[in-house]
Amino acid sequence: MTHRIPGKGLLIDRARRVKFTFDGKGFEGFQGDTLASALLASGQRLMGRSFKYHRPRGPLTMGSEEPSALVQIHEGTQQTPNVRATVQELYDGLTARSQNRMGPLGFDLLAVNDHLAPFFSAGFYYKTFMWPRAFWEKLYEPAIRRAAGLGRLSGRHDESVYEKARAHCDLLVIGAGPTGLMAALVAARAGADVILADEDVRMGGRLLADLPEVGGMPGPDWAAGVVAELAALPNVRLMSRTTVTGAYDDGTFGALERVGLHLATPGALPRECFWRIVAKRAILSSGALERPIAHPDNDRPGVMLASGVSAMVNKWGVDPGAVVVFSNNDSGLATARALFAQGIRIAAYVDPRALPVTEPFPVYAQAEVTGTRGRLGLRDVAVTHAGGTSLIEARTLALAGGWNPTLHLACHRNGRPEWSERIAAFVPRPGMVPGLVVAGAARGVFSTAACLADGLAAAAEALADLGLSAPALAIPQAEDTPYAIAPLWAVDAGGRAWLDFANDVTTKDVKLAAQEGYSSVEHMKRYTTQGMAPDQGKSSNVAALAVLAEATGQGIPATGTTTYRPPFTPVSIAAMGAGGRASGFAPQRFMTSDAQSRRMGAPMIEAGLWYRPSYFPRAGESDWRTACDREVKQVRDAVGVAEVSTLGKIDVQGADAGRFLDFVYTNTMSTLAVGKVRYGLMLREDGMVLDDGTCARLGPQHFLITTTTAAAGPVMRHLDFVQQAFCAGWDLRLISVTENWAQFAVAGPKARALLATLGVQAALPFMGCAPMTIGGVQGRLFRISFSGEEGYELAVPARYGAALFDALIRAAHDLGGCAYGMEALNVLRVEKGFITHAEIHGRVTADDVGLGGMVSAKKDCIGKTAAMRPGLLEPGREQLVGLMPVNQGEVLTAGAHLYNERDAATREANQGYVTSVAPSPTLGMWLGLGFLKDGRARHGQVIRLDDGLRGRKVLVEVCNPVFFDPEGGRMRG
Amino acid sequence: MRLTCPCCGPRDRREYTYYGAAEFLNRPAPDAGLDAWDAYLHLRDNPAGETRDLWYHDPCQSWLEVTRNTVTHEILAVRALGDLA
Ligand SMILES: [Zn+2]
Repeated sequence: MTHRIPGKGLLIDRARRVKFTFDGKGFEGFQGDTLASALLASGQRLMGRSFKYHRPRGPLTMGSEEPSALVQIHEGTQQTPNVRATVQELYDGLTARSQNRMGPLGFDLLAVNDHLAPFFSAGFYYKTFMWPRAFWEKLYEPAIRRAAGLGRLSGRHDESVYEKARAHCDLLVIGAGPTGLMAALVAARAGADVILADEDVRMGGRLLADLPEVGGMPGPDWAAGVVAELAALPNVRLMSRTTVTGAYDDGTFGALERVGLHLATPGALPRECFWRIVAKRAILSSGALERPIAHPDNDRPGVMLASGVSAMVNKWGVDPGAVVVFSNNDSGLATARALFAQGIRIAAYVDPRALPVTEPFPVYAQAEVTGTRGRLGLRDVAVTHAGGTSLIEARTLALAGGWNPTLHLACHRNGRPEWSERIAAFVPRPGMVPGLVVAGAARGVFSTAACLADGLAAAAEALADLGLSAPALAIPQAEDTPYAIAPLWAVDAGGRAWLDFANDVTTKDVKLAAQEGYSSVEHMKRYTTQGMAPDQGKSSNVAALAVLAEATGQGIPATGTTTYRPPFTPVSIAAMGAGGRASGFAPQRFMTSDAQSRRMGAPMIEAGLWYRPSYFPRAGESDWRTACDREVKQVRDAVGVAEVSTLGKIDVQGADAGRFLDFVYTNTMSTLAVGKVRYGLMLREDGMVLDDGTCARLGPQHFLITTTTAAAGPVMRHLDFVQQAFCAGWDLRLISVTENWAQFAVAGPKARALLATLGVQAALPFMGCAPMTIGGVQGRLFRISFSGEEGYELAVPARYGAALFDALIRAAHDLGGCAYGMEALNVLRVEKGFITHAEIHGRVTADDVGLGGMVSAKKDCIGKTAAMRPGLLEPGREQLVGLMPVNQGEVLTAGAHLYNERDAATREANQGYVTSVAPSPTLGMWLGLGFLKDGRARHGQVIRLDDGLRGRKVLVEVCNPVFFDPEGGRMRG
Repeated sequence: MRLTCPCCGPRDRREYTYYGAAEFLNRPAPDAGLDAWDAYLHLRDNPAGETRDLWYHDPCQSWLEVTRNTVTHEILAVRALGDLA
């Protein structure tokens, strides 16, 4: 830490030393350092290699806009690439590595690219690597990816903790410099709910870096006083280390808080928290960003922005050594004076303007910096002036090319800023984001006094909108120096002058783009990649635009500007998606039998958000097939039990309930007798099948309908729509009771016997329903079947589900039965040709699935008219069929297509496709359901199943989709 | 995006399910003819500006007709289709 100035450094605590490593080498800094300030204080200016040419680079800035000093942080097995060394706070044990280098940082093997620069100019990807095509994938792209590019990911899951949160307020103040602090103070005293967000560790903005006096005291002291007052108020939330990254609709802002990234042992704290802040009003007081001047070799470590130099001196006490300041405006001159006053040696002040020379340090007026020297860091600066070119020894070159208002957030809703000749920069127009006022330097108001006044005015405007009155508050005294600038974007002195340090774009590249016809700013950007790096060209876009405008002769306002899009600074996807990994990805729904099923060793599979058992393995059953075959046999021979609570259940009541159901089902429900159940089919309004299920009449004005598991939500929405849109005034109430009832299927020849052992008298006819009592609990009994066996479904209030399942499987075991899972359930229904959403997939009509007869001719219903469209009635429709392998040992696969035996597998020859398959132990072969052109007329034909994906070709016989017990005798009992 | 449900108040967009244009409310008579049904089912304007569409508020099961501006993202009106009582 040889480069520290005694007594300086607002943010560092010299009593607390912090050890860290960079590229494996041990370093020491102070608590409060950033990685960049600690490295600079240790004399380490070289922090990385540039993107394309592998040029040595150090930090250009001391803030979040940093384009060059990107490093990789290692924590255990994790690594985080592209971390800005100027933002990363130091902690004990921090491990950082430089990136984008081959070999040691001081001797990068790919620095040879720098000598090949003529070949790497703008558009080189497009020009050089076009041909031959095959070389691209194998040779060029991997080579380019290895050579260019930034950091690397670990390739592992990010197991770290992230958080997301929401906040609401009356007023969000973005940026806590003089403008933002003043605005927050006024609004807070007025009683508004205020959130003040600032990306820095300590609030104060440029007051901390430039140390101007405010209200007769040092700027940082004034800031600390305001922050202390705000912190004590209950209506204020201070959010430091929080970057507001995007402005969205309705006063919604995205913000990223660095919560644990600066701690050696964050404990349970998340790394970052992504905030969604909803504000009635907002003030953008984000300040301004200084810009460099493009001159030959302006990218050497040691070349920085003047604002960065004053920040490193005042915030971290880092000694910049001898400084040359190259400025085209009064702010650069003020920086030179301030640094000089603090004992920093100003080796030269260089300004292209004609200035009176009255400074106590060497001034070169009407002069320009035309070059730099120093292999891995600045050694001297070439200054060209009226008397010739002088080589001036310096450790730091401070560039002051003027200030760009940080107006990005104001443009996030597609508003375009306007050009201000006065400050040679873009400024926001009013009303670009509804409810957001831009104040202070962010709208081109630069003196401290003017910023304080602007903050107060912006707060007063917001308070008036909120119906609050602004308290009387005197504006503290502060400097009010005018800002004068003579735009100088690029020094024309031959050699390469950098604009975009992050993507290695030079003035030559922009001129070349213009010359080759890419004269629109959007084309130039894409051709040169200007502004497309992680820093989004914060310090370079305006200068690149100016160079383009000069090359085309259009002028800047006519050239326009590119769009600013969120996020303002990079946001990790992990923070935005916090909590959304693994089991947090989606809600999980568990049936009442879940715990018991897992205890029985059942592998659970997802069905929408539900988890259902695949099968219940017994000792010695090594695979799903063995268990599934057994479960199917036990259902067919004895009895099986399965929980079916995932089916949607909708309770329909009212005098008009029957009339309503007639309108949403294709068949008639109003004629159903109390105590009876009917199978029903619903269509979408376009005539395609929406869903199928059962409808039970529990009372004269009371129905209970079921939906498939997948369609429970959509059907509820659909019924609500039909009622609210088309049934005004009907006496009708609908409610989902899916979660309220646990329901179990009991199926098989011994189903009735099983119920009897539990004291339930199953004296119901097929498709009957009745109340029942089981174990003293009131429930419902339905005689319906999805297996083709005599079947019952028992419904009890969900809290009794687990107990009932336990009782049912015990009783089943005693009768030689079992619990059965989804695999067996699928086999049983395929054997019976029952359809699921594999068949009613949204492109089939009732007739296609063989249920055309269920569309009542006597009444209108949703989807009926559209189902009668000529195209849906013509021959050639694909119809539901059964498929059996000709050679009974062959396996059928779902998703395969169907062809006539001798046709090639082409789209034109396609005859249909397979939707479901199942290995049937009952029939001793695989069975398939599918759709085949005019299939109902083709039973008995042999066709070819062709699964191109799995490379299978199987001859199958077309048959009735009901393979087993087509008369239904077993079901009816 | 937030919509103000007449039943529940201002709520985040994530609580709603989007359906489509409010033209779904103008269901033709069964005998209105193929063209009327084709228009009802398939033909939609895609206006840059004011539009009316249907949203479902899942928590309270209300269907809403929302008038909004697709350019400014302004929500101009929200009306419940059914009776909220
Ligand atoms: Zn609602």
